Amino acid sequence: MAKSPHPIPEVRAAQKSVLRHGDRSSRPRFQRLLAQFSLSRGPTLLFLLLLCAAPHKTARAQEPPYFVTYSEALEEPGNLEVAQKGTTGSPKDANGFYSATLELEYGAEAWWTTELYLQGQATTNDSTIFTGFRWENRFRVLPTEHAINPVLYLEYEDVNGADKSVLEVTGHDSIADLQGRNADSRGDISRTVEGKLILSSNPKGWNISENWIMEKDMMGGAWEFGYAVGASRPLALSASSRACTFCRQNFSAGAEVYGGLATVHDFGFHDTSQYAGPTAYFNIPHGPTLGFSPQFGLSDNSAGVLWRLKISYEIQQFRDLFSKKEAQ
Amino acid sequence: MRRSRIMWMALILLSISAAALVAAESSWLSKVPPADRQRVNPYAGRPDAIAAGKLLFEGSCAKCHGSDAEGRHGRPSLRSERVAHATDGELAWLLRNGSLHKGMPTWNSLPEPERWQLIAFLRSLPRDSPPSAAVAHP
Repeated sequence: MAKSPHPIPEVRAAQKSVLRHGDRSSRPRFQRLLAQFSLSRGPTLLFLLLLCAAPHKTARAQEPPYFVTYSEALEEPGNLEVAQKGTTGSPKDANGFYSATLELEYGAEAWWTTELYLQGQATTNDSTIFTGFRWENRFRVLPTEHAINPVLYLEYEDVNGADKSVLEVTGHDSIADLQGRNADSRGDISRTVEGKLILSSNPKGWNISENWIMEKDMMGGAWEFGYAVGASRPLALSASSRACTFCRQNFSAGAEVYGGLATVHDFGFHDTSQYAGPTAYFNIPHGPTLGFSPQFGLSDNSAGVLWRLKISYEIQQFRDLFSKKEAQ
Repeated sequence: MRRSRIMWMALILLSISAAALVAAESSWLSKVPPADRQRVNPYAGRPDAIAAGKLLFEGSCAKCHGSDAEGRHGRPSLRSERVAHATDGELAWLLRNGSLHKGMPTWNSLPEPERWQLIAFLRSLPRDSPPSAAVAHP
């Protein structure tokens, strides 16, 4: 059975080179290209495919512009948000990296959101690898709105030591975690359960959220702690009466601070990494939401700057695609 | 004997279903505190707020309630008598708190002025025709 040509030009060229020359030296390059495609571009391609499958309707994300901090905002029931979260940085004495996380967030109920993360990273002068997955669930505790709204977060993660997504910081996480060679650190698998208490308020158009993080490696080790705090506000509190892309209501900005709080044995800021930075989201009407944040290391154990990017798209009422249409 | 038992069972089940339906229908309304019930929409009747509310509705509500607000896939119509009879304050309370166990999420992360704009738009919608009227004028 004849194979169809590969859709990516670089891979197609490498395939041709192998077929034409039978050159053994070009084979590793071809394999390398394939690996790089499947890990660095694979999530992007999947993201784009899901976008194409999405019903094209207006989308308005309501979540505050945080990258690490969670607010009380859950995914609306039946909606599926597909997001690509990227983190890039050049830690001191180490190669630059780009970590890509594909995020599939589904509103199971109005009080329950479930989410799957698939993570990978590419490091210059090193390799591109898949680093693991996470499955998280968030449950809204109280049925009505209060001054402070608690949400419980439960997560199982299976990631290796080469993971550089920095989706949260706990325990003694430090710059050393970003400096190792992939070949050395990928064998260090950790399977952890993580809990968060999310507290969130919405006074006068602002969102203020605080997260208390507890993490335990199921293969041993002490309980590790961390925190994240964020504050944000849309640039306009009332909507414009005309459809517009660059209206202030489509932008929100804020700041977040997060870091580790060591372990149950040595609780505190000693030998931990801490980050802070401004954050901004742009909700494109009829389109995706774009997010950007430079986050600055505040301690010697932190990377200098982590640049974060996010692109997300909400597939509205995804579950209706699988339910029977109403009788007319 | 057996037949009458089945009849009784059916009657009890019907009564329970009807009671549950009535309870479900009125549950969120009964939770609204009096102070919230009496709140007044600062944007009521303003054409610019209605236009803004329409855009917000298309972005946030139409996916569940339909672009014509008549409800879809079992989700309620927003042109119903129940919505028409609810006060602005009651609708504002529902948007802020949601009705989580019935699938209505909270919209408290929409700023409050935008929620009032949405309510101004909902007030501008025509009501559903009552079923009896539909029968009388097919």
